[in-house]
Amino acid sequence: MAGGAFAEAGADLELVGIHKRFPGFTAIDDLDLRIPAGSFFALLGPSGCGKTTTLRLVAGLEQPTSGRILIGGKDVTDVKSFKRPVNTVFQSYALFPHMTVLENVAFGLRRRGISDATAKAHEALRLVELDHLATRKPQQLSGGQQQRVALARAVVNRPALLLLDEPLGALDLKLRRQMQLELKSIQTEVGLTFLHVTHDQEEAMTMADTVAVMNKGQIEQMGAPEELYELPRTAFVANFLGQSNLFTGRVTSSTGSSIVVETGGTKLEVPKERAQRHTGEVTIGVRPEKLMLHTSPPKKAAGVNVLGPGRVTDVSFSGVSTQYQIAIPGVGLVTVFAQNMVFGPVVNLGAEAWVAWTVDHGFGLVDEPEHAPRFAADTDTATIAVQTRHELLAEIEES
Amino acid sequence: MKLSLGKWLLPLYSVLALIFLLVPIVYTFVFSFNDSVKSNIVWVGFTFDKWANVCDAQGLCAAFATSILVGVVATVIATVLGTLMAIALARFRFRGRSAISLLLFLPMATPEVVLGAGLAAQFLSAGIPKGLGTIIIAHALFCLSFVVVTVKARVASLDPALEEAGRDLYGSPFQVFLRVTLPLLLPGITAAALLSFALSFDDFIITRFNNGGVETLPVFIYTAAARGVPAEANVIASAVFLLALVLVVVQQLTSASRRKRLAKLG
Amino acid sequence: MAFAAFGTSAAPVEQAPRRKSRIALLLLAPGLAYLALFFLTPLVSLVMTSFQAPVEFGDVGQYQPAFKVENYAIVVEAYWPHFLRAFGYAIAATVFALLISYPLAYFIGVKARRWPLLQALMLVLVIAPFFISFLLRTLAWKALMSDESGIVVFLKSLSIIPEDGHLTGTAFSVIFGLTYNFIPFMTLPIYTTLERLDTRYLEAGSDLYASPASTFWRVTVPLSLPGVVSGTLLTFIPASGDYINASASFLGSAQTQMVGNAIEANFISLLNYPEAAALSVILMGVILLLVALYVRRTGTEDLL
Repeated sequence: MAGGAFAEAGADLELVGIHKRFPGFTAIDDLDLRIPAGSFFALLGPSGCGKTTTLRLVAGLEQPTSGRILIGGKDVTDVKSFKRPVNTVFQSYALFPHMTVLENVAFGLRRRGISDATAKAHEALRLVELDHLATRKPQQLSGGQQQRVALARAVVNRPALLLLDEPLGALDLKLRRQMQLELKSIQTEVGLTFLHVTHDQEEAMTMADTVAVMNKGQIEQMGAPEELYELPRTAFVANFLGQSNLFTGRVTSSTGSSIVVETGGTKLEVPKERAQRHTGEVTIGVRPEKLMLHTSPPKKAAGVNVLGPGRVTDVSFSGVSTQYQIAIPGVGLVTVFAQNMVFGPVVNLGAEAWVAWTVDHGFGLVDEPEHAPRFAADTDTATIAVQTRHELLAEIEES
Repeated sequence: MKLSLGKWLLPLYSVLALIFLLVPIVYTFVFSFNDSVKSNIVWVGFTFDKWANVCDAQGLCAAFATSILVGVVATVIATVLGTLMAIALARFRFRGRSAISLLLFLPMATPEVVLGAGLAAQFLSAGIPKGLGTIIIAHALFCLSFVVVTVKARVASLDPALEEAGRDLYGSPFQVFLRVTLPLLLPGITAAALLSFALSFDDFIITRFNNGGVETLPVFIYTAAARGVPAEANVIASAVFLLALVLVVVQQLTSASRRKRLAKLG
Repeated sequence: MAFAAFGTSAAPVEQAPRRKSRIALLLLAPGLAYLALFFLTPLVSLVMTSFQAPVEFGDVGQYQPAFKVENYAIVVEAYWPHFLRAFGYAIAATVFALLISYPLAYFIGVKARRWPLLQALMLVLVIAPFFISFLLRTLAWKALMSDESGIVVFLKSLSIIPEDGHLTGTAFSVIFGLTYNFIPFMTLPIYTTLERLDTRYLEAGSDLYASPASTFWRVTVPLSLPGVVSGTLLTFIPASGDYINASASFLGSAQTQMVGNAIEANFISLLNYPEAAALSVILMGVILLLVALYVRRTGTEDLL
């Protein structure tokens, strides 16, 4: 990165054939990714899926076992992190405790020998509305303020690529919403390329132009948020992004435009262009908010799938909507989100109910859902380390 | 994989630094096998004699025994008094807290000559004859602060929730102290006692001002230094060193193997 | 003051707020009494002794309470070189100990974090010298630096030392001995601070275009300062009062005498208690000044 020159605009990021192996496990397995310049890209996935590792590879804080990383067309795989035109907003903020807020923000500028570093640092602080705290130490700031300082410290360097590692994780809900809007506006205003890593799917969908869902070191699906949500390709994406009702069955017949899947004695139709597979055992699904709840058998109509009758086993009020669970024999539990247009639930616990949805709203997956345990296993290295440490301490205490 | 010189510079330096630290130890150990007569400076020949007949050197074993005795008694005094103070400082609020912290800190900051001379002057003006008793008193004094520091750190790392759980489960304050606090503090208290003993065993300056003729091991070595320290002193020192080393290594290995066992289970 | 480096290095747990209680005074009483009796009183005794005057027509070593302030003037006039040497050697030893210990502490505390067993082993080696009497350690160096030792003979053959030169009995050997003996005191507090250094700060530095050297000077060193200060005090204070290294029986000679030697000589050989006391009071005064400066910056909470 030439000392002194700001990037004029964001740059492309390209990851080609990246593998990252740690002793004992593979964090990233053959990853190919291309993020166009100036976009807000979200890398979404559960703990341990490899998204933070990907971020660290781009920042230069880790080296890939194999593969290449290109920024703005230049191969930076062998370039040390302090020479890459990339800045990171760390999850823990990592604000230097022995420097003031201003010195923190000016740090990167001074290392690159930029003139007027102090003035530019003040400008960046004004952008996040913290200029009045410039002489404080980071420990004297609240979590939200620290987060904004960390952002200013990174953005002030106008990097070709800005990496955000779950930066909003420690903030409370309201503050998080606020920061989401601010981040988005800064990104569009300054025109940088943002790579945002998060496990919060709502956050990814609201902020990003493109979302990539990562699982076990690979990208399962990538695209615009609406595309990922309304047309998930894999069971993981269908379940990770929002909730889905999934049904597994055999394709019994197909027409020109759709396939018919039989499950639990009922035939369900899915458009071929929304189904990844057209023959054999397939899993199809529909989003809970797309389902209509009926208390009497609905009339048969073309272009509508019906399931039922079943019994309402759970009614949960959550403000905007009410979540119903219907147990349908032969099929299983079906979840319905109904917007609360009226006061009170539409059906009561224990009542008989049918669900129906437009055929066009269904989707077909490329695989089957894994058997999901009741409590998701904590498999990321950080949690394992914490658990081991607790066990150790407990043993030391008792001895 | 590129092997750059820079990467290996620091580890190499560290190894050299550690070797440097060990030079006198190795020297002392080697010369404990020296077939010397009076002075142990020139190498004469290899022998196990000194190890076999350690107490042949006049006054050496007596001095060694004295050092052990002083160490044990002073450690007991310092550990008991110090543990009580540490618990008080770590757990309670009271007026004069900072003054007491400062008071405890001062003996650690006072040069040994000053401590030694002060105590000696005190004993002199009080008419107390110097001997074993005054040595023990002096040792307990300077060990006290170190015990407080060590135990206080251990108390600070104690999860108060454990004692609260003890109270929640119907333990009286005294029972909680006896069955929860004290056992949990035991590693810290042990560490403090070992530190105290080590400090006492190796102390020379303060002892010299207050011993009134009674010889501890360091005093013996000092007086012998002028004419020549017998190789038997090296023997005792090496034996003590090896014992301490073995203890520490065993302790480290057991905690490491404990970690490995846990990792296998998890 | 990171003395905990000698004990456990367990991280403190958030404690329940301290209870106000009278039990505290009960717990403190025995220890406080001990300190009052055997620390405070002796110090007061020392000050009083420093003003004493010899008994008229009395024996050597007989003094009576007086207010002979001149003792201090006498002592300063006679022993100012000793003071200079004591603080000079101590400063030199502290600086050398710092230069030698910092990289070692850095390696063990930062670079070797991935191998806890190696860390533990290296720490054991750092404190290993404590397991052998420090008198014997110093005597070992004396033997190794004496004119008959192989090393000196070798250095003389290369003309690095003149034929009639000595290594022992010089300022060099005294400072060498002091430095050696205090390396563990310098290494451990610095290690403790560096061990807790969050490497994410180093990553942030690198992310913000600081080269490894720049990150070291601007991030690591400032954050390790508490440990450096601890180590410095732990080294300088005892070193300035030391008299073993400078003693003629060990690494010193008549030309390298420090304040400690003067105090020892006056107290034990010359039985000149007032002068010995006066020297001690002056030495203690300088040390207290340093401690006061330290406490003013960091407060008393951290002392123990």
